[in-house]
Amino acid sequence: MSKWNILTKGFFKENPSLILVLGTCPTLAVTTSVNNAIGMGAATTFVLLMSNIIISLLKNVIPDKVRIPCYIVIIATFVSMVDLLIQGFVPALSASLGVFIPLIVVNCIVLGRAEAFASKNSVCDSILDGLGMGIGFTISLILIAAVREVLGAGAFMGHQFIPSDYNILIFVLAPGAFIVFGFIMALVRHILNRIEAKRKARQLAVQK
Amino acid sequence: MSQKKEASLLRLVVVLTSIALVAGLALTGVYALTKERIDNAQKAKKEQALNLVLPDFKGTLTDTTVVPEGEKEGVLVHLATQEDGTLYGAAIETYTKKAFDGRFDLMVGFAADGSIINTEVIDASETPGLGDKINKTKSDFAKQFNGQDPATYKLSVKKDGGDVDAITAATISSRAYCDAVQRAYNVFMKIKEECHE
Repeated sequence: MSKWNILTKGFFKENPSLILVLGTCPTLAVTTSVNNAIGMGAATTFVLLMSNIIISLLKNVIPDKVRIPCYIVIIATFVSMVDLLIQGFVPALSASLGVFIPLIVVNCIVLGRAEAFASKNSVCDSILDGLGMGIGFTISLILIAAVREVLGAGAFMGHQFIPSDYNILIFVLAPGAFIVFGFIMALVRHILNRIEAKRKARQLAVQK
Repeated sequence: MSQKKEASLLRLVVVLTSIALVAGLALTGVYALTKERIDNAQKAKKEQALNLVLPDFKGTLTDTTVVPEGEKEGVLVHLATQEDGTLYGAAIETYTKKAFDGRFDLMVGFAADGSIINTEVIDASETPGLGDKINKTKSDFAKQFNGQDPATYKLSVKKDGGDVDAITAATISSRAYCDAVQRAYNVFMKIKEECHE
């Protein structure tokens, strides 16, 4: 796999929340506004990147039997750091994301990448993988949040352009999260399938 | 990982302990680095709320904690006395546990006669689009309390026979807001009585 592939596979092809369906809890919970989505995506990307680096550095030191506790300690440390930094430097974001920052610890994406990728690959590849997965996660959060914020709150990134009397409230609430998540998941799969079909058709044409 | 040798128990302990130790040290560093900023941010938020609920007050604030009757948790009272020693009013950090999301915290400013000067949300996580209209930036709901005297203004929603216009589709949050203001008023009255004695 080329370096470029390692980085970009997380964007859409192996997108952690839309294709692998990991980390669904924050995906559904914090996507009420685009600002929240960007904050959550950035925080998770940072944790993913740092934990991937440390775990791939320590992959030969950590004994197999205690690898999960070791990963959890490393991940939890970075999450606590992010939590403290956000509280100190962007208190408004910490107020709107609340408990979901500490909950990055149990986000399957982070532990999943540690176990499936960082523990088996070089530091350089793990950095690319962490970045790619983090960006993919952020993309999916922003997609869902954009739809929910525009339809549900009549706003984009906090700028209201539809009066609140005409908003479709359900999109801000939990059921709206599931509906939008499902539709976007279907749409992304559909597009990926079409691209794949075209690629195969072209290959066939070349063979003939 | 099959190529790895079976690690001894000692190695397991040493590796896990040292990782935890390094993690602890790193966290201590970040904590020390951010503690002051976090405290400042929280203090600034409270001071801002204080300025909003007691806008024209210049004098001294004395902090006391009062436990409302029949409850375990106290509310923090910032008693405002003017320079000549007369009571100006108080800013009370009150709470409700009847909120849609469990609980939220308000700051309520009272004038000496017991009328409400202003109310301000300190910490709440009510449903976006519904209950979060208790915030003044989202709707005018909270403004109806300003200038009212709870002695004559019944602090419950109209549906329950009170004088407060509830937020449409967020009666629970509206009731909770009334509950929090009522709690603050009760505490303020109790303190005023004690002052007169």
